Amino acid sequence: MALVGNPNSGKTTLFNALTGLRQKVGNYPGVTVEWKEGTFYSQHGHPVRILDLPGSYSLNARSPDEKILVEALLGRIPVLPEPTAVVCCVDASNLERNLYMATQVIELGLPTVVALNMMDVASSRGIRIDVEQLEKRLGVPVIPCEASHGKGIMEVRLALSQHPLPVPTLKMDKPHLISEAVDDLLPVLPHRESGNTLLSRGEARLMLSCDEDPGFGGPIWTRVLLWQQRFDREVPGWRSDWITARYAWIGELMHHSVKRFNPNKPTLSERADDFLLHPWIGFPVLALVMGALFYCIFTVAVPFMEALDGLIAWTGANAGALLPEGQLRSLVVDGIFGGVGGIVVFLPQILFLFFFIAMLESTGYMARAAFILDRLMNRVGLHGRSFIPLLSSYACAVPGIMATRTIESPKDRLVTILVAPFMTCSARLPVYLVMIAAMLPTGPGHALTKSLILLILYFLGTIVALVFAWIFRKTLLKGPSPTMVMELPPYRLPRWESIFHEMFDRSWMFLKRAGTIIFALSILLWFMMNYPNTENEQILPMDQSGQELVIESDAGVGKSFAGMLGHGLEPVFRPLGYDWRITMGLISSFAAREVFVSTMAIIYRVDEEESDSLVAAFRGSKREDGSQLFTPLTCTSVLVFFVFALQCISTIAVVRRETQSWRWPIFQFCYMFAFAWITAFLVYQGGQLLGFA
Amino acid sequence: MEKHVKLKDMRTGQRGVVKDLGMEGRESLRLMEMGLLPGTQIRFVRRAPLGGPLEVEMRGFHLSLRAQEAASIRVSIR
Repeated sequence: MALVGNPNSGKTTLFNALTGLRQKVGNYPGVTVEWKEGTFYSQHGHPVRILDLPGSYSLNARSPDEKILVEALLGRIPVLPEPTAVVCCVDASNLERNLYMATQVIELGLPTVVALNMMDVASSRGIRIDVEQLEKRLGVPVIPCEASHGKGIMEVRLALSQHPLPVPTLKMDKPHLISEAVDDLLPVLPHRESGNTLLSRGEARLMLSCDEDPGFGGPIWTRVLLWQQRFDREVPGWRSDWITARYAWIGELMHHSVKRFNPNKPTLSERADDFLLHPWIGFPVLALVMGALFYCIFTVAVPFMEALDGLIAWTGANAGALLPEGQLRSLVVDGIFGGVGGIVVFLPQILFLFFFIAMLESTGYMARAAFILDRLMNRVGLHGRSFIPLLSSYACAVPGIMATRTIESPKDRLVTILVAPFMTCSARLPVYLVMIAAMLPTGPGHALTKSLILLILYFLGTIVALVFAWIFRKTLLKGPSPTMVMELPPYRLPRWESIFHEMFDRSWMFLKRAGTIIFALSILLWFMMNYPNTENEQILPMDQSGQELVIESDAGVGKSFAGMLGHGLEPVFRPLGYDWRITMGLISSFAAREVFVSTMAIIYRVDEEESDSLVAAFRGSKREDGSQLFTPLTCTSVLVFFVFALQCISTIAVVRRETQSWRWPIFQFCYMFAFAWITAFLVYQGGQLLGFA
Repeated sequence: MEKHVKLKDMRTGQRGVVKDLGMEGRESLRLMEMGLLPGTQIRFVRRAPLGGPLEVEMRGFHLSLRAQEAASIRVSIR
């Protein structure tokens, strides 16, 4: 069984109420980007599988989300069973437009039940619906309900328990020639098990109205395209006629079954928008919301992160104590706990970020943020909706890129994906902090300068992201900026349980995606740093003078595979002012950027937990010619490189997944690397020319 | 007395009936599917700060569209 409906129709809430399986509820159009499955029990106790399909305004397969929807409805997704019936969720307070897709679904010919959701909202707005009349005209059962209060869910369940479910017989006027085309397509359609010709006719009709192939493939789709071309020639404007006819039919239905009292009374939501979207107040409010978000991520989350960090170190040490001294212990403590811990530590930030996003989405403010910011985003050729993915990328590019699915236009989406990793993610933060500390002398007087540099780095990444978005939009992914037709859904009170569920759900996805890759890479990295094990020396006791340690470390890590790689690639990075050690740190940072810090700690054999000692080691570190390695200029060069380079396997993996090809992640990696290298080169060489040592 | 204006030139709170969309292809189809088609009654709600998108109320819900799209849509006002 499939559950379909418009975005914001409360479809996911209905799904939760039916299945009891708590999951995502959002108010931002297109929140449900992937289908979800649940089970409910019919009146007779039979389990029924139900799929929550992406929300959409029509069945014409224009965006990736909509394509999934149509493919799933037609049973063209191999992993999903062919639906035997459809529950169509309809927002009673927004009936007219909701019925557009509802009638398309009914016409398909699958047994359909319409769940008339949000009856409470409708009646509070003075909308009275004659359900019997609606049922008669649509020819399917119509069940009024309030999914968010659990009202009417039983009735929906009962309606779905009928066996067999009645087959709808809705007939609307079609443009000329359509039935001829349907007759022609019928024999080539793959036979359904039921051999239901009514359904096959519905399928053929639906395909004729689709812009993209809903998973039927070559020969059948070619035939559909041929028919569409013939329509274009013989019945110009047939597509818009079809839409107009449908709305005319719905208009007639509305006239007979819906009464509206006080239609001009402004709703609470409208009055809230007068304030929140006010020309002068709108931006400050948005800035305030974003400020709160950043405050939570970078201040409130910090104690949690520190506690988590301590917990991981403690667990690692205890686990290590159970193992015999030697290679295995080192692998577990340094390799696995050190590496995976490095990413798990960001969990509090990720949780806060997802909490905010879920809350903004479910209240409806997210669409307003897109509305306010569209002008700015449009200047660089992006859509207001690109804002959320870019914002998420401040925490981590992986969830940010996952969030681009709500962007309808493929080009906009790709541009957003390509520039998202420029946004300073939290994994860069430890690197920034250490490098900034190494750059400036310690002391209270420099605290302000330090935060200023940090701010500049954030700013730099953001600006470059927007500049590159503009460049891509003008060159590689040229094209008219697509329409920004977006619904501004009414504000709704946040539903806390769903927000928390959503937050944990997405964070878990992040952990799973990032964690598994990091786990494997941590082991690989540990191996590369520890083998070949030339000396088998014991860990040297901590020494206060950095220089001696450096010489010692060169003998150990320097001879490992990673060290060899660092030495080998040193010439590439020498123009940027890096020696083999920084190069090695860079290479290791491709696992995750913050690994740079732990790698440097291993190279310099200092305790990673005490960043002061690492900074001290940096200060004492010398080049082969005896000059200081970490001059402010080298530090700046490293910082610039980290701002721009795509050093993150998880991001590359997720881009590969989202773009369905290796072409884009490889391109993205190369252009970002080249840009990082060039700017770091300019900074270092230019700085030297200007006399900064 | 009937008068035609561009949707983007409408004043806040003004009501009218869509005459024609003035565009072709996918963009117009998307708008039409959302319910904005010739004959639809609309109310101009607001424009976003800095000349951003416009907000229109129609068929009982709120829709936002860009000024450049709204430039080609003609609305008749009584």
